[in-house]
Amino acid sequence: MFDDRSPIYQQIANGIKDEVLSGTLKEDEQIMSTNQYAAFYRINPATAAKGFAQLVDEGVLYKKRGIGMFVSPDARGRLRAQRRERFFADVVDPMLTEARMVGVGVDEIVAYLKDGAR
Amino acid sequence: MISLRDLTVRYGDTVAVDGITLDLEPNKIYGLLGRNGSGKTSLLSVLASYRRPCAGTVTIDGVDPFENAALMRATAFVRDSLDVTDQDRIAKVLDFAGRLRPTWDAGYAEHLADVFELDRRRRVSALSRGQRSSLGVVLGLAARAPLTILDEVYLGMDAGARAAFYRELLADYLAHPRTIILSTHLIEEVAGLFEQVIVIDRGRLLLHEDTDTFRARGVAVTGPAAAVEAFAAGRTVLGEQSLGGVRQVTLYGALADHEAEAARTAGLTLAPVGVQDLFVHLTAVGDTARTEALR
Repeated sequence: MFDDRSPIYQQIANGIKDEVLSGTLKEDEQIMSTNQYAAFYRINPATAAKGFAQLVDEGVLYKKRGIGMFVSPDARGRLRAQRRERFFADVVDPMLTEARMVGVGVDEIVAYLKDGAR
Repeated sequence: MISLRDLTVRYGDTVAVDGITLDLEPNKIYGLLGRNGSGKTSLLSVLASYRRPCAGTVTIDGVDPFENAALMRATAFVRDSLDVTDQDRIAKVLDFAGRLRPTWDAGYAEHLADVFELDRRRRVSALSRGQRSSLGVVLGLAARAPLTILDEVYLGMDAGARAAFYRELLADYLAHPRTIILSTHLIEEVAGLFEQVIVIDRGRLLLHEDTDTFRARGVAVTGPAAAVEAFAAGRTVLGEQSLGGVRQVTLYGALADHEAEAARTAGLTLAPVGVQDLFVHLTAVGDTARTEALR
């Protein structure tokens, strides 16, 4: 998901998704304007607008004409479902690859996880 | 819309601008990138109607801007010479600019002069290189001209002054959208402000596209030499280097997701190439064959 090659507008979109997932941005809450984003991140407003447009396409944000952008009511649930689907491929698999490379056994990992979960 | 058609500028036998065709939509910030002597200033001078092209046309909304008073009042071109009287004090230079331009914002000019710590009593001839550049920024931004062209205005400005310049430029653009063309060598620090980049090389247009699209075009592929060679086959290689058995190539052209996946499966590491590095590779000295291949 956080591909090194990702353009700035995608990083903006991903940042907003993270804020929705973590609950920093509530559902039906208005988000900052493209101009506010542009001024904060020192980027061209068209780049921020492109990130917003992508989120509208994906249903994370919705637009109220003349007022601004808001977080969709079901955005958090949808994003959670998406991320859960990719959790093993994106997070666990790379960890297992690294573990194999340095000789950390699965039993060791399980023990560590149980320890941490306590 | 600004339209350039087959624009050519020659100085004797030297061709500075070689048949450039370009359309610029209004109210965007453009980055004009090119090496020294690539024709940036000649191109901008024609665009600002400071000189006539030897061949080809410039039109702004269909009208030839040359000697057109209304369009010239709406055009601000800041270049190295600043086009001010060296013996004048800054206060007089700013006052004069205000008299010439209906869109001039005197209050904003004062604000900018404060930001850059310009002493209004100093004469232009007594300014340091960086202060001269700061004065250029004040003249360019406070004019609030619908077409604002800033040709390497940062020369001699220290990092702090340049940061202030970029901050003021963006803030004022957000409040007063207009067409801004910025030519620069310091690409990395300002690339985020550009909506589109225009790259020229040896007087010719190399590319004109969204900055994000340009950014995604370069990828550095690193890994075992054989695997890198296999992956790079048939692609445009901008640069290559080796360290022992490890090979790194810089490729031109965005990778589709499945291609990136294939590269990773083959044990290759992909890394983005900065806008500045991409520019350097594209306009490398003595590599005409490569730039021809990109056309």
